[in-house]
Amino acid sequence: MTNEIMIAGFGGQGVMAIGKTLAEAGMKEGKDVSWLPSYGPEMRGGTANCCVVLSEEPIVSPIVLEPTELIAMNLPSLLKFEPTVAQGGTIFVNSSIITEKVQREDVRAIYVPCLEIAQELGNLKVANMVMLGAYIQAMGNLGVETIKEMLVHMFTGPKAKLVDLNIEALRRGAACVQ
Amino acid sequence: MAKELWKGNEAIAEAAIRAGCKYFFGYPITPQNEIPEYLSLHLPQIGGCFLQAESEVAAINMIYGAAGCGKRVMTSSSSPGISLKQEGITYMCGAELPAVIVNMMRGGPGLGTIQPAQGDYYQATRGGGNGDYRHLVYAPATIQEAADYVQKAFDVADYYRNPVMILADGMIGQMMEAIEWREMPKRELPEKTWATTGTKGERKPNVINSLYIDPNLCADHNDRLAKKYAAMEENEVLFEEYNTENCEVLFVAYGTPSRIARAAIRQLEKEGIKAGLLRPITLWPFPSKALKAAADQASVKAVVDVELSMGQMIDDVKIALEGCKPVAFVGKAGGVVPTPAEVCAAAKAAIGR
Amino acid sequence: MAIVYQKSKGLTDAELHYCPGCTHGIVHKLVAETLEEMGVLGQTIGVAPVGCSVFAYNYFNCDMHEAAHGRAPAVATGIKRVSDPGTIVFTYQGDGDLAAIGTAEVIHAAMRGEKFTTIFINNAIYGMTGGQMAPTTLVGQKATTAPMGRQQDHYGSPIRMSEIISTLEGCAYATRVSVHDIPNLNKAKKAIQKAFRMQQEGKGFTFVEVLACCPTNWGKTPAASIEWLKENMIPYFPLGVYKDIEGGAK
Repeated sequence: MTNEIMIAGFGGQGVMAIGKTLAEAGMKEGKDVSWLPSYGPEMRGGTANCCVVLSEEPIVSPIVLEPTELIAMNLPSLLKFEPTVAQGGTIFVNSSIITEKVQREDVRAIYVPCLEIAQELGNLKVANMVMLGAYIQAMGNLGVETIKEMLVHMFTGPKAKLVDLNIEALRRGAACVQ
Repeated sequence: MAKELWKGNEAIAEAAIRAGCKYFFGYPITPQNEIPEYLSLHLPQIGGCFLQAESEVAAINMIYGAAGCGKRVMTSSSSPGISLKQEGITYMCGAELPAVIVNMMRGGPGLGTIQPAQGDYYQATRGGGNGDYRHLVYAPATIQEAADYVQKAFDVADYYRNPVMILADGMIGQMMEAIEWREMPKRELPEKTWATTGTKGERKPNVINSLYIDPNLCADHNDRLAKKYAAMEENEVLFEEYNTENCEVLFVAYGTPSRIARAAIRQLEKEGIKAGLLRPITLWPFPSKALKAAADQASVKAVVDVELSMGQMIDDVKIALEGCKPVAFVGKAGGVVPTPAEVCAAAKAAIGR
Repeated sequence: MAIVYQKSKGLTDAELHYCPGCTHGIVHKLVAETLEEMGVLGQTIGVAPVGCSVFAYNYFNCDMHEAAHGRAPAVATGIKRVSDPGTIVFTYQGDGDLAAIGTAEVIHAAMRGEKFTTIFINNAIYGMTGGQMAPTTLVGQKATTAPMGRQQDHYGSPIRMSEIISTLEGCAYATRVSVHDIPNLNKAKKAIQKAFRMQQEGKGFTFVEVLACCPTNWGKTPAASIEWLKENMIPYFPLGVYKDIEGGAK
């Protein structure tokens, strides 16, 4: 089982962080993982993307050309990468800012209003965690407990209160998946 | 030990610290900036020194000074910056100074692009500076290897009193993979009696120098260096063979293209074509004997060289093969990575399928 | 018999290769004597340049590095930053080395306040390569690459390094001296002593520019060279202290 994931959006939307969290969770569950960012001027606020591979076998190439899953955080990313998604793949759409629908019929589309949910939770920064929650729920390839452990490890001291917020964001994202 | 997720550049920086390197002099350039950034934070914490120089030229000469004092020291840059460092590299080879130099290659020529490339192969393996000199070149293909070979490089540099280069493409620098920190086998290293640490009034002055104005002395110096380089060729060649036994197509690739070649091997297998890979880990010295032996197999119909350049390593491949098998090339320069499909197509064309 | 003069222990027994009337030998002696008097020869690392003083590593009786052209301040930075506390580091550079190809290196070493001493020999010419024009060559002065003399509209006016260096906060001491007669030679010795002492005390970058004669490439006798230096160089390159954080600047 190999997941080849393309995550794309504007710089500042937490695209790289979604990728890193997926890679780290995969590693903790004993998978072979790779995380490959686009880099350069786009890091400074333009479009950014990263490729994550999660595999039960040794990964040969970290480059994702035909993603099994696409996480599109903005419209340019959806338009650019929708045609590349493998048949039978899954596209996650940040429907807060993407009003268009997925055109292809040979893929599964999941719409997640990341920003609205984050706003309801009182912190726009967790929008990417909402999307991550939807991904994990839909794919079932990673345990939500693994992510929770990572959050506990990441947010300590005065930031410890962010753990529950992020867990709630994951849960709300998961609820978007039917 | 538990696996940890590390970005290539940061793993290289951490590996240097674990190898006992306390000093770094460098200059910013994409895509290697995480190396100096990491060390600017961590070297002061261990009582070392990080210094951002005014240029790559100054940085490599600071390395020259620090290495001459017998200290483990590193610099890193990317292609255009490495061009500027060539002056210092030839001086260090001439003065026989150990140090580790990282080149996280980007596309060229000139300012080129910041995306991954391998256009500095000639520069790294032929000596980009003036004079007859050589230095070891390690080409990691994974983050684990990057971490391992940086640690090994410091020992090898000290062992031979010679700089060692880590040559990787920008993708290796930017990507993250899970790695284990492991101790590399240690070498018996000679004491640095040549280092300038102050005579303390107890010995004659030590001089770090590459100038031999008498041509006979300079010729002797070159003979001595050549013997050292011959010893490296004899003892330091490293490579990996994957699926080469009785293969029909033999790929040769290093760094990121070797990973693309592996993906192509899987694809070709589905189409009933057995392909293998010989991956040089040391680019200089080049694994010529191993490559010749693999290509000499009766099963091999063609050798396919894969590079992120317009074809540089292919010269070494042809020299190694001595014309025994046809050599095809697939590659791209300027920051674009060939797809497994393109590599498969080149392989099939090479064997007439 | 009483010893009335003895060569400094700061110099080796190697025979100097300098031309008759060249003042490099005098400056070598002043630096060597200073290091010997301070008792620091055993903890000193010097850096030789490319140019006429390229073989300085054979003459100074301490650990030495030979640097690439202009890079001595970068090499000295590397040395000083990794060496034991108390290590004395100096560069010895000519005008082509320091004021042309190595301008960036010396400016930035001074900016950082690197705690080493630079001895800068300004003889207004490239010596080793055969009398080519230097950035310090005077307007109208002939050189093998300026056969009609340096033309200001083509090359601008000579660079004054002590003045430039003195503007940098990291510089603790910058002075211009000369060794063309005994009173000036004594002043030069005091300047060199002060620079090394201030380095030892960790005060910052210290810079001693020494105006020097090059009879061979100036095409003059040693005696005429001294006169030419007095009449032409000193007016353009005024002697004096340009920076002294201990309060000695003019």
